[in-house]
Amino acid sequence: MRESRLTWRIAKDRGFRGMIIFLALLSMAPLVLIIFYIMRNGLLSLTWNFFVELPRPVGEGGGGISNALVGTGLLVLIAAIPSIPLGVAAGIYLCEYREKKLAYWAALAVDVLQGTPSIVIGIIVYVWVVVSVGSFSALSGGMALGIMMLPMIIKGTEETLMLIPHAMKEAALALGVPYYRTILKVILPAGASGIMTGVLISIGRVAGETAPLLFTAFGNAFMNLNVLKPVNALPMLIYNYATSPYPEWHRLAWGASCVLVGFVLTLNLSVRIMTRRWKVQF
Amino acid sequence: MIKGRLEELKGQLTESASLVEAMIEKSARGLIERKKEFLLEVIEKDEERENRIELEIDEACIQMIARYQPKARDLRVVMMIARMNNDFERIADEAVNIAEASLFLIERAAVKPLVDIPRMAQEAMGMMRDSLAAFMTEDTGLARDVCRRDDIVDGLRDQVLRELITFMASDPAAIERSIQLIRISRSLERIADLSTNICEDVVYMVDGQSIRHYTQDR
Amino acid sequence: MESAVLRTEALSAYFGETEVVKRVHLRIPEKKVTSIMGPSGCGKSTLIRCFNRMHEMISGARVEGKVYLQEQDVYAMDPITVRTRIGMVFQRPNPFPMMTIRNNVLAGYKLNGIRLSSSERDEIVETSLRGAALWDEVKDFLNRKGTFLSGGQQQRLCIARALAVNPDVLLFDEPTSALDPKSTAHIESLMIELKDQVTVTLVTHNTAQAGRVSDFIAFLYLGELIEFGPTGQLMTIPKDKRTEEFLTGKFGQEEKR
Repeated sequence: MRESRLTWRIAKDRGFRGMIIFLALLSMAPLVLIIFYIMRNGLLSLTWNFFVELPRPVGEGGGGISNALVGTGLLVLIAAIPSIPLGVAAGIYLCEYREKKLAYWAALAVDVLQGTPSIVIGIIVYVWVVVSVGSFSALSGGMALGIMMLPMIIKGTEETLMLIPHAMKEAALALGVPYYRTILKVILPAGASGIMTGVLISIGRVAGETAPLLFTAFGNAFMNLNVLKPVNALPMLIYNYATSPYPEWHRLAWGASCVLVGFVLTLNLSVRIMTRRWKVQF
Repeated sequence: MIKGRLEELKGQLTESASLVEAMIEKSARGLIERKKEFLLEVIEKDEERENRIELEIDEACIQMIARYQPKARDLRVVMMIARMNNDFERIADEAVNIAEASLFLIERAAVKPLVDIPRMAQEAMGMMRDSLAAFMTEDTGLARDVCRRDDIVDGLRDQVLRELITFMASDPAAIERSIQLIRISRSLERIADLSTNICEDVVYMVDGQSIRHYTQDR
Repeated sequence: MESAVLRTEALSAYFGETEVVKRVHLRIPEKKVTSIMGPSGCGKSTLIRCFNRMHEMISGARVEGKVYLQEQDVYAMDPITVRTRIGMVFQRPNPFPMMTIRNNVLAGYKLNGIRLSSSERDEIVETSLRGAALWDEVKDFLNRKGTFLSGGQQQRLCIARALAVNPDVLLFDEPTSALDPKSTAHIESLMIELKDQVTVTLVTHNTAQAGRVSDFIAFLYLGELIEFGPTGQLMTIPKDKRTEEFLTGKFGQEEKR
C-alpha cells in the first residue's frame, strides 16, 4: 500500500477513536454536573435531624424529610410485593413458551406498558382506586409504581432466562426432575443474579417517579404508616418544596434530591458488584 | 482394549499349536510303535478340531482389524498370527497325511528298520516346538536358528529317498510300501519348512524385518 | 439370544409433519454396549430421545409406536419415572454450574426433594464417582463447584450424576464428540466397564468408536433401521449394501481417528 495512503488511514483511525472517547466523556458530562450541583447544594443539609424529623411549618427553622423517606420506602414495598412474583412469572412464561401466540401478544403488551407515560398510569390508578375507594392512599401509589415496575422486571427476567443454555434444562429433565422443579430449582437459581438486577434497577427507577404519585399517594405533611391513607414521598416533597417561595423548604428539597440521587447511585453500584460476584458462568 | 484382545488371540494360537504338535507326535509314534489307535485319533478327532480352531482364529483376526484398526507392531502381530494360523493348519494336514500313510504301513511288514524317519520326525517336531517358543517369547535369535536347521531335515529327506530308491530297484514288492514311506518323509520335510515360515513371521512381527526367501544370510 | 432390556415396536417420531424416525423395530440387549450408528441427521439422537421420553418435550414433536423397558410400556408410565430408569449423557458436558461437585452427583435426589441421610449421601457420591472413574481426581474437591474441571472430567461428572439414580439403561448421545482424544479414550474405556452395571446405548457417527466399544451395532439411515447385529460380524460381513457403503466411507462418516 502506498505510504501516504497508509498514514492517512492510520490518522483516520486515531481520529475516529478519539472522537468516540470524546463523545463518551461528553455524554457523561450532564450526569457529573448534576451530581456535582446537587451535592454542592444539598450535602450540607444532610444532618441527623434531617433524616429523623418531620418537616416543620414555614417560619420555623430545621425540620427533616423523615415522612417522605418512610413514605417512599412504603410505596416501593407495596409496589414490589406483587410485581416481583408477577413479573418473574411472566418473564418465565415469555421465555419458556416463546413460540406461542399468547406470548407474542403478551410481549407486545409489555412493550406498550413500558412505553406508557407515568402520568397516564397515575390517572388510570386514580380512576380505578382513588375514586372508588374515596381517598388517596399509599396503596394506590404503590399500585401505580408497581405497574411501572412490571415491564422492567418481566423483560429483565425474560432476557436473563434466555441466556441460560437449553442444555441445563435438558440435564435436569433427563434426571427425572419434573418441569416445575426444573424451573424453580435449576433455571431460576441459575438466573438469580440477572433477575435480581432487573428488580433492583426497576426499584431505582420508580423510587424517583413523581407524576403518578400526584393523584394517588397525594402526599402528607405528617408521618403515616396506614396504607389506606395518603403518604408523602421523596420526589413529591422535592416537587412541592422546590417550587415554593421559602428558602427553608428549598434547602430540604436539595437535601432530598441528594438522598434520591445517592440512593440511585448506590443501587446501581451494588448491582454491578453483585453481578460480578454472583453471576453464573455457563 | 486392544492389548487384551491381542493376548487372547495369542492364547488361541498357542492352543492350536499345541494341538498340532500333539498330532505330529501321535502320528510318528503310531507309525514307530505300530499303534493304530493313535493314528485313528489324529485322523478322526484331531483334524476336525484343528480345522475348527483355524477358522475361529482367522475370523478373530479379521474382526480385530475391522474393529480396532491396529497400527504398527499391533498390526504386524495380527497379520502374522493369521499367517501362522494358516501354517499350523497346513502342518496339521501333513500330520494327517503321515497318519494315513502309517495306517497302510503298520498293516504290513516293514521294508527296512526305521532309522531316518524317526530322526526326521524328531527334528521336525523340535523345529515346530521351537518355532512356537520363539513366538511366545518373541525370541528372534531362536527363530533364526530354527530356519537354519531346515537344511538338516532336507538332508535327511534326500537320504531316505536314496535308500528307498535302492530298495525299490531291487524288490518290486516293496514299491508300494516305499512310496508311502517317501510320502511320510516328504510330509515331515514340509512340516520343517512350515516351521521355518513361522519363524520368519516371528522375526517380522518382532523386528519388522522380513527374512523370507533368503536362504543364506538368515 | 440376549434378553432385551429395551424394545421398540414400529417406533416413529415426528417433528410436526416430518417423519424423522420411521417404524423402527429394535431390541437393545441387556448389560451390553449397543451403538446406534449412522450419518449425521439420520435420526439417531431423536430415536434415543424417544426412549427416555425427551422427544415429546419439544413443541410440535410426536411419537407413534411402542417402547418397552423390561416389557413395561414406557409411554404408559409416568415420564418422570421413565427418566430415572433411563438416564442420559449429552454431547456437551452440562454439569450444573451453580452446584458443587457433590451436589451435582446428588442432583437427581436433591432436585426432587428426596431426603437422604448423611451416610447415604456420602455413599452415593463415592459409588457414583468411582463408577465414573472420577473419584480419585475429585475426592478432595467435592465441595468446590465443578467449573474448574476439564471437559473430559466434566463429562465423567455428568456420567456420575446419571449413575447416581441407578438407571437400568444409560443413553450416551455422542458423548465424546466435544472432547480431546485422551478424554475420548477414557470415556470409551469407561463405557465398556459400565456395562457390568447398566446397559449402555451409545449414539455415534464415528464408526471406529462403534467398533472399539460396542458389542452390538444398529445402523440407522434416514430414519430407518437398516441392520442390527454383533459388532464383529456387522463390521466384517454387513448384510445390507447401505451398511457396507457407510462403513467404507462412501457417505456420511465423520473423519475422525
